[in-house]
Amino acid sequence: MAPLVRLLMARLAVSLLTLLIVSVLVFMATELLPGDVAQAVLGQSATPEAVAALRAVMHLDQPAWLRYLTWLGGLLTLHPGHSLVNDLPVAQLIGSRLPNSLLLAGLTALVAVPVALVLGITAAVWRGGAYDRIVGLLTVSAVSVPEFLVATLAVLVFAVQRHWLPSMFYEMPDRSAMQLLRAFALPVMTLSFVVIAQIARMTRAALINVLDSSYVEMAVLKGVRPLRLVLLHALPNALGPIVNAVALSVSFLLGGVIIVETIFNYPGLAKLMVDAVTTRDMPLVQACAMIFCTAYLLLVLLADVFAILSNPRLRHR
Amino acid sequence: MSEQDPALSPTLDDADAATLQRMAGAGATRRALMGWLAAGGMGLTASGLVATQALAAAAETPKTGGSIRVAGYSSGTTDTVDPARQSLSTDYVRCNMFYNGLTALDANLTPQPVLAESFESADARVWTLKLRKGVEFHDGATMTADDVVYSLTRLQDPKIGSPARPLATQMTEIKAMGPQEVRITLATPNADLPVALGTFHFKIIKNGTTNFTTANGTGAYKCKEFAPGVRSVGVRNPHYWKAGKPYLDQIEFFGIADDAARVNALLAGDIQLAGGINPRATRQVKAAHGYDVFETRSGGYTDLIARLDVAQTGNADFVMALKYLMDREQMKRAIFQNYAVVGNDQPIDPTNRFYNPHLAQRPFDPERAKFHLKKSGIGATAVPLVASTAASSSVDMAVLMQGAARKIGLNLDIKQVPAGGYWSNYWLKAPLCFGNINPRPSADILLTLFFKSDAPWNESKWKDTKFDSLLLAARSELDLAKRKAMYWDMQGMIRDDAGIGIPLFLSNLDAHSARLKGLRPIPTGGMMGFDFAENVWLA
Repeated sequence: MAPLVRLLMARLAVSLLTLLIVSVLVFMATELLPGDVAQAVLGQSATPEAVAALRAVMHLDQPAWLRYLTWLGGLLTLHPGHSLVNDLPVAQLIGSRLPNSLLLAGLTALVAVPVALVLGITAAVWRGGAYDRIVGLLTVSAVSVPEFLVATLAVLVFAVQRHWLPSMFYEMPDRSAMQLLRAFALPVMTLSFVVIAQIARMTRAALINVLDSSYVEMAVLKGVRPLRLVLLHALPNALGPIVNAVALSVSFLLGGVIIVETIFNYPGLAKLMVDAVTTRDMPLVQACAMIFCTAYLLLVLLADVFAILSNPRLRHR
Repeated sequence: MSEQDPALSPTLDDADAATLQRMAGAGATRRALMGWLAAGGMGLTASGLVATQALAAAAETPKTGGSIRVAGYSSGTTDTVDPARQSLSTDYVRCNMFYNGLTALDANLTPQPVLAESFESADARVWTLKLRKGVEFHDGATMTADDVVYSLTRLQDPKIGSPARPLATQMTEIKAMGPQEVRITLATPNADLPVALGTFHFKIIKNGTTNFTTANGTGAYKCKEFAPGVRSVGVRNPHYWKAGKPYLDQIEFFGIADDAARVNALLAGDIQLAGGINPRATRQVKAAHGYDVFETRSGGYTDLIARLDVAQTGNADFVMALKYLMDREQMKRAIFQNYAVVGNDQPIDPTNRFYNPHLAQRPFDPERAKFHLKKSGIGATAVPLVASTAASSSVDMAVLMQGAARKIGLNLDIKQVPAGGYWSNYWLKAPLCFGNINPRPSADILLTLFFKSDAPWNESKWKDTKFDSLLLAARSELDLAKRKAMYWDMQGMIRDDAGIGIPLFLSNLDAHSARLKGLRPIPTGGMMGFDFAENVWLA
């Protein structure tokens, strides 16, 4: 296992460097955007004196590099600062949203990943048949239909017409399992659409690749039963790309679900980051960017480790 | 009863209408009401109709209890419960739940006493406010003059960055004259100080408050939860100083930015009031059973701007041709589903107490437009007209005008530009373009911001020294009749000479559950000027 540990350490070191570079890039991009937080807060009433006064309060009159270093210093001592816009601690703002994002991503993954794997694997096994074609058609459609359309249609049918499910997310008086299920049904369904389609297509492609190889042909010839063939002989070798597809989808679920958050009024991180960018709220933008980047790096690392562990050739190298 | 009583408004002035409602509310019979009306000189048929309507309104007696969810149209990390730093409708709703102002603006933007029992001045420069006794903050402290001084002084602090600072800096001295009395001295006389005090930012907070993670006001609801960009929850203030109010136990307020999602949430029964809906969505709401559209007519407008300091668009005949080319009725019907009021190229709308109803309405008249076009000598030269979705509905208006212009041989060349950056790159810069003006609390503020010769936002660069001196004179005039005459004159001047075409005043539209009662229009904005919280109840 020593090589794996060495790999892990190396990857973590590179990840830290990546985070640093990303923070510089995000900071520079925020600086390049027209306007600043003082103008955003004052809006139409942004007279030059008012803007100047507010800039001084927010330390925006300091040079950019100094503001960046101040922020970085704060982060290293675990003080990500205060939001410039509402003066609340960034940690508090993120703290109230992060669990929501994790919950939504987790629930969606819990529903979508098994369904996607089953669809992908079965489509690969019966490739070329009618079933495969139908799954192919459905997954392509699901990927191409924009989320806002799926969400709006689902709300119209299940909430407005049938009154089966709530049209949006709100805090329930009691958080019973049934209540949670109802509240999350539509957002999770909408997100699952895209995620299932992507993972299923990836799974099918990866598995077909392996199923076409000569060792599988050999196994067939020696009389291995089909189920055993797919699950024990072929799937382990296809796991690498599949796990990567899952990791990418989950990282998308953490930060890229702005449309679903907007339509269902779900208090997650994506909306927080969009707000922060709109108001040029640097500490908040940076904090969100760091979280998304960390989550992405960790998930991809996890996927790689999993791929290595699942593949004897990589494991024993 | 979601819309303005059509029979009350044209025949009675507002004071009379209010008296009538009060009498009806106090249990007066139809005969008594008609007698009162007849004494005022109203005919029998008309008084019968009016009396019946007043009784119908009073039959809706408020009920106590229940809770509602309300969705506004914006929400984000800028959400605040600091009255001084409010910037969006969502803040106005929230602060109206938790705080009171010294005054409040009524249905025709006249200031009414709230925390100030009276406001008086002999010269419109030194004002004396008598404060209401026995008003408590949510933490139990009694409101005194010190709280008022602190709240108003704070607005002037450049470090706070309040959008109301330009309005607040006219107060040169704010002094407590006793526990229940405040004296405000202005730099120059302003009869509209009580109006300014009734606007959103002039809410009263407790002396010394600097932390706004929650709200401690004197308002009808206490702040139970405030999470910026997520939601705010207000619960009934049992010690509220207005007897019997509020009616609801709890209000949960949040923003749903997507128009369709907001309407869907209402129709699914998840919210009871949806703020700011699109005119196109009104049919969907009306078609559903148990939901109503609530229209607030207000002074907001989208206007055509012809810059008078540019040779081509500064031609008086060309401007007049454009004004005659606006088919206002068609725009009202086709673009706004009739949720608009026809405008007359001057910015004071009919809900305003200073509106001049005797100014002749400018019609859609292609013949007169053709006459002026010919006189202008523009000929067939293409005239670029800049429109953008940033100025709401301006693209539709431009297209309708282009069609009418083509018929008289005027070549309007529509340039549709992106919404992003419109206000900094095109508005006030392009020779012929559109603007979009939100309702303002007073005629003085509106005219000072957009029509005074040296105003930075003087859209058409219209300069008239007589107008400027009238504006200043009206500001310091305490005699309402004299003031009204001055504002009437100014409306005529703008209508005839400024380079501004105001085809319509746009209504604010909200949608609500039919069970939600008590909504009455206040033209500072939708949802009762964002002050629905203490006035609504569930039937």
